[in-house]
Amino acid sequence: MAEQAQMQISDEVAITIENMNKWFGSFHVLRDINLTVNRGERIVIAGPSGSGKSTLIRCINALEEHQKGRIVVDGTLLSSDLKNIDKIRSEVGMVFQHFNLFPHLTILENCTLAPIWVRKIPKKEAEATAMHFLEKVKIPEQADKYPGQLSGGQQQRVAIARSLCMRPRIMLFDEPTSALDPEMIKEVLDTMVELAEEGMTMLCVTHEMGFARQVANRVIFMDQGQIVEQNEPEEFFNNPQSERTKLFLSQILGH
Amino acid sequence: MSDTHAQSVAYVRDTMLPEQAPPVSEAGVIKWLRENLFPGPVNAILTLLAIYFIYKIVAGSLPWFLNGVWTASSLAECREILQGTTGGCFSVLTERWNQLLFGFKYPSDQYWRPLLAFVLLIVAAAPVLFAHLPRRLLVFSAIYPFVAFWLIWGGTILAPVIALAGIIAGLLVFRRTEASGFATASLAGLVSAVVIWWLGGFLSAAASDVLALRPVPSRDMGGFMLNMILGTVCVSLSLPIGILLALGRQSHMPIIKWICVLFIEFIRGVPLITLLFVANVVLSYFFPPETNLDLIIRVIIMITAFASAYIAEVIRGGLAALPRGQYEAADSLGLDYAQSMRLVILPQALKISIPGIVNVAVGLFKDTTLVSVISMFDLVGMIRGPILASTEWNGVYWELWGFAVLSFFVVCYGISQYSQWLERQLQRDHR
Repeated sequence: MAEQAQMQISDEVAITIENMNKWFGSFHVLRDINLTVNRGERIVIAGPSGSGKSTLIRCINALEEHQKGRIVVDGTLLSSDLKNIDKIRSEVGMVFQHFNLFPHLTILENCTLAPIWVRKIPKKEAEATAMHFLEKVKIPEQADKYPGQLSGGQQQRVAIARSLCMRPRIMLFDEPTSALDPEMIKEVLDTMVELAEEGMTMLCVTHEMGFARQVANRVIFMDQGQIVEQNEPEEFFNNPQSERTKLFLSQILGH
Repeated sequence: MSDTHAQSVAYVRDTMLPEQAPPVSEAGVIKWLRENLFPGPVNAILTLLAIYFIYKIVAGSLPWFLNGVWTASSLAECREILQGTTGGCFSVLTERWNQLLFGFKYPSDQYWRPLLAFVLLIVAAAPVLFAHLPRRLLVFSAIYPFVAFWLIWGGTILAPVIALAGIIAGLLVFRRTEASGFATASLAGLVSAVVIWWLGGFLSAAASDVLALRPVPSRDMGGFMLNMILGTVCVSLSLPIGILLALGRQSHMPIIKWICVLFIEFIRGVPLITLLFVANVVLSYFFPPETNLDLIIRVIIMITAFASAYIAEVIRGGLAALPRGQYEAADSLGLDYAQSMRLVILPQALKISIPGIVNVAVGLFKDTTLVSVISMFDLVGMIRGPILASTEWNGVYWELWGFAVLSFFVVCYGISQYSQWLERQLQRDHR
């Protein structure tokens, strides 16, 4: 699996982060982050809560503003220029912990909203695309329902489909399974594995270590706003280098 | 499976028992009475007391309604007909009906104009209020204000047509120049609208008898018509202005934010009645001496400003109630600010705000009676002034004020019922 995955990574760079720093007020959340993500690479970011994992990936599509350093996404430099930010956001899909579907729109409307208004795609075509991706996440029959009528796992799969409808080149996952019942975690992870097998560039903050073993090319371990360790999953889990990583792994794999 | 049952279940029912009627105490009127009126001694006493009071009220007021006089021409004549028996003198309503509805100066041969405007109002409001009606009807809703102005105030039809043309031209120019930035496009649109209004001003002055209705000046408007005009115009203006103020208050741009905060806090800190006095007397000092802004327009500006400040705060509550994730999801999909507000945030925030907005709208409609204090003859002004002051009807209080209460109640109750229906329509989750 790992070797097969290795093959799909190209040399083309998708995301470059150089010396990135971020503060919340006087609290230094991210310290000197350096990270390069190649196209087709699947990265899992792990770490204790408050370590800055979510903040890191939220900086990539400018949901959070960074104060120092450079972020280049898909060749576009992330600055305070709104045009650049909107361009990056339309190329980068994001899936949230709490799904954040639009409750006043049907599933289909959730999926077609951005393609119609941002990409200016005709309604019929956008609906066809949406149905294609809803079939892919295996809930086309729910298209005319409202998010409130779906289970958590179904809602999260819709959220994935909604992002895919924008045909993003990069997908960010911010703890996509943390708000789900154990039974539903699997259906969401299956969808993500499928997506990974198609070669999507993915950054995934998650505590699902099984998923990391199966899909990731690289696991990044963060603590106190810094990247403490990064390695291939095999090495990362079997032969962690830093003490902090060992402690973390022993705690989450211990039971 | 069948094996286990064969050993453990010795008895199997093969015919089902038929359904039986419940005992008398568990069904029909008796059950309802026992559950709702006489569940215990205390409640039984309360029920009997309530029945007694209802009887007293009905017994006292029913003769008043039933013996009512509808045809007398003065209070004295009324009393003569009644000869001491209890009875309402409703003839004040029939005799002064037109004054109650239109005021005492609106030319009586032109009453059809406000009536037609009212009927058209229902047609224009329908597609706005009921989303399942064909959307093309909204075109009529858009031109209705100009039609209504022409019908009620009269004059040449050119004036409202030119006003409409200016707005359309402004919008078209805005669309054309939108690519060059929002500010430039707004300015270009505004300039082209003003040019058309300015040129059109000469045209309507020169041809002032084209399709002209008899002009009726604002000071001749009155009665319930005046309340309806003020209520409809101010509610429909204050909602969009309130939305803009609420969004402005959330803005990251300090100037916009502080202008909105100052406006809202100032207006909310001042009683409406003082604003109306300002409209009546002081406002003209702020305009160039030769301009003479119509009194109704001044009052509309003040009531609208007042209501929009309140609506802005109600909508701010709705905006605050939305989870931050909704803003983030809209942002992460690449929607720009205007799109995310219009498509994602406002539809949800407004839905949450419906009860509050309706509260303000109902309050606003009732507050239109305050204009009677600045000597405008709305329904309350008509009753207090010309009708009660006349020698014929001096002293008829219950009938007149009862009519005023009923008129306002019908409209306000209607608004409230509509809003509850709308909330049910917009219900999206199945709790």
